[in-house]
Amino acid sequence: MSKLTHASKKAPLLEVNHLETAFKIDREYYNAVDNVSFTVKPRQVVGIVGESGCGKSVLSLSVMRLLPKGISEIRSGEILFDGKDLVKMSENEINNIRGKDIAMIFQEPMTSLNPVFTIGYQLQEVLLNHMEISKKEARQKSIELLKGVGISRPDKIVDEYPHQLSGGMRQRVMIAMAIACQPKLLIADEPTTALDVTVQAQILELLKEIQSANDMAIILITHDLGVVAEMCDDVIVMYAGKIVERTDVDTLFYNPKHPYTKLLMGAIPKMDEDREVLESIKGIVPSLKNMPKVGCKFAARCPHAMPECSFVTPQLAETEQGHEVACLLYETSRPKEGMNVQ
Amino acid sequence: MLKYTLRRVLAMIPMLFLISIIVFSLAKLMPGDSLGGEIDPANTDPEYIEQMREKLGYNDPIYEQYFRWITNFVQGDFGKSTRYKIPANEIIMERLPNTIFLSLTSLIITYVLALAMGIYSGRKPYTLGDNTIAAANYIGLALPSFVAGVFAIYIFSFHLGWFPSNGSVDISVTEGTFEYWLSRFHHVLLPAFVLGLLNTASYTQFLRNDIIENSRKDYVRTARAKGTSESKIYNVHIFRNSVIPLVTFLGFDIVNLVGGAIITETIFTYPGIGQLFLTSVTNRDYSVLMTLTMMFSVLTLFGNLVADILYGIVDPRIRLD
Ligand SMILES: Nc1ncnc2c1ncn2[C@@H]1O[C@H](COP(=O)(O)OP(=O)(O)OP(=O)(O)O)[C@@H](O)[C@H]1O
Ligand SMILES: [Mg+2]
Repeated sequence: MSKLTHASKKAPLLEVNHLETAFKIDREYYNAVDNVSFTVKPRQVVGIVGESGCGKSVLSLSVMRLLPKGISEIRSGEILFDGKDLVKMSENEINNIRGKDIAMIFQEPMTSLNPVFTIGYQLQEVLLNHMEISKKEARQKSIELLKGVGISRPDKIVDEYPHQLSGGMRQRVMIAMAIACQPKLLIADEPTTALDVTVQAQILELLKEIQSANDMAIILITHDLGVVAEMCDDVIVMYAGKIVERTDVDTLFYNPKHPYTKLLMGAIPKMDEDREVLESIKGIVPSLKNMPKVGCKFAARCPHAMPECSFVTPQLAETEQGHEVACLLYETSRPKEGMNVQ
Repeated sequence: MLKYTLRRVLAMIPMLFLISIIVFSLAKLMPGDSLGGEIDPANTDPEYIEQMREKLGYNDPIYEQYFRWITNFVQGDFGKSTRYKIPANEIIMERLPNTIFLSLTSLIITYVLALAMGIYSGRKPYTLGDNTIAAANYIGLALPSFVAGVFAIYIFSFHLGWFPSNGSVDISVTEGTFEYWLSRFHHVLLPAFVLGLLNTASYTQFLRNDIIENSRKDYVRTARAKGTSESKIYNVHIFRNSVIPLVTFLGFDIVNLVGGAIITETIFTYPGIGQLFLTSVTNRDYSVLMTLTMMFSVLTLFGNLVADILYGIVDPRIRLD
């Protein structure tokens, strides 16, 4: 028994294997998430960084099974949560997990709440979805939750509507909703991007407090490497739907390996500079339709690009202990002879 | 809310004053008068007609005529129908219940059908069911009511004999009995369907499109992320948003409740306000005509107010003050 508990502690909470998520454009599928594998351990904070359009949101929506229906789907791979594959679950099964074991908060607090229901109603909904409690208890609990995320006068706010709240307050409400059932994993997709700077810091502080109080794992998606340094244990760097580098946060900052990561580092704004984050790398992420099929997808923008970069696809592999990179500058990333290219 | 309503009602007064001037002028601009059509000119002494004109005040200056009319009007004297020789309000009150009965039935038909079809189509867009509903709706929308009315009478009254083709009640039944009400309902059903299906098409497509639009909103994604079931997302989250515009239509439907059935009532020779309005025009029955027009105007203003108040009730983002 004790051995089992020990084992489950080390086992990953979330294990994504070879995930491919595609959008259908003109009847053809284009991968927005391309062969992505990573794990999140219990209580771990994993950051995902990368420029706009590199697939961070699509990846997190895939995990939540919230991809827009009809135009996008998970084409292959598995997403194991507590050992069970979320990809294969029915709508009912996934509904029992969403909001309870995995919760998500979104980038846009202004539109993420239903405008015609009270804050209280929307908070109680998640509680009533997953717990056997009365409406009265749910209301009491939602007031406590609001208090817990630092909203003053929570007994008033429960009866107010989203438009009566500021962006920062709404994001706090979203957080309260997300943590209502004490999920094991919280996915936060750029939770502070839409907020102004002082509020950003408060929200991040709040997330940190909740994370340690609730023993919750977080996948934190952001543009902002400063936020990563502040919050995360591990970091995943994504480019054009692929993971290009993955390691712990200290290693990443002291010893970044992928040229893309290095450029991202160089793009961290100084305190007194304009906050146009990550804009300083020349060029843009290619659109799904214009994505190169072979070779390194960053080659066109890479200052270290070699001729072979445009036809040899680099493999994500451990170059050093606990440090994975996908770049042909590193011997380990070269596809092995006879090995199946994934 | 009360203060808002009161303010709006007060603001109606100058508006109604202006409307009354327009109504009066338009009535006066109509060629001829009530002495023109009804009296046989070959049989009557023109001098007598001229005398009557003088006596009825038709030769007074326009502003005096207007002043006399409006003074009586605000005191509740709407004048006498030159055709029926009874006060205009009496003849109107006699017809009003028929029209309200017809319009309410048609309104219920509209909303029940539009809600059912709109919700279905909005939830399952671009399916066979949705396309069938859309096709039926566009045919309904393209058919003018006089064509639909004539066809309905031809098929359901003459051929199938399911419904009577005219009147509001069987003359053989005694008033107040169960048979009487059954007969009235039987008479109203066919015109109510013709009238009701007229709006159904646009309301259905409106609701459908609004549901589709709402289903792409961020708050729907949030609800899904909470583990809310798909049926609750559609029936509660999206529906509550999409029903807002439909509820505000209800305010404007109040106007149609009385004035919207002119053509249908005429085709079905249903003794209601619409039919009365049309005959008053042909008979130059000024007092009835002007009273009806004023009534429509008041209702339009009132309907607008109701629409706004309903908006304030169903949409928490709108505050009335
Ligand atoms: N609804 C959609 N239809 C078509 N393509 C889409 C859709 N949503 C995303 N994509 C495409 O998928 C790719 C990844 O987009 P994604 O939203 O995941 O980027 P992101 O990393 O979250 O960017 P951002 O930082 O701007 O949020 C982009 O090329 C984008 O154009
Ligand atoms: Mg995004």
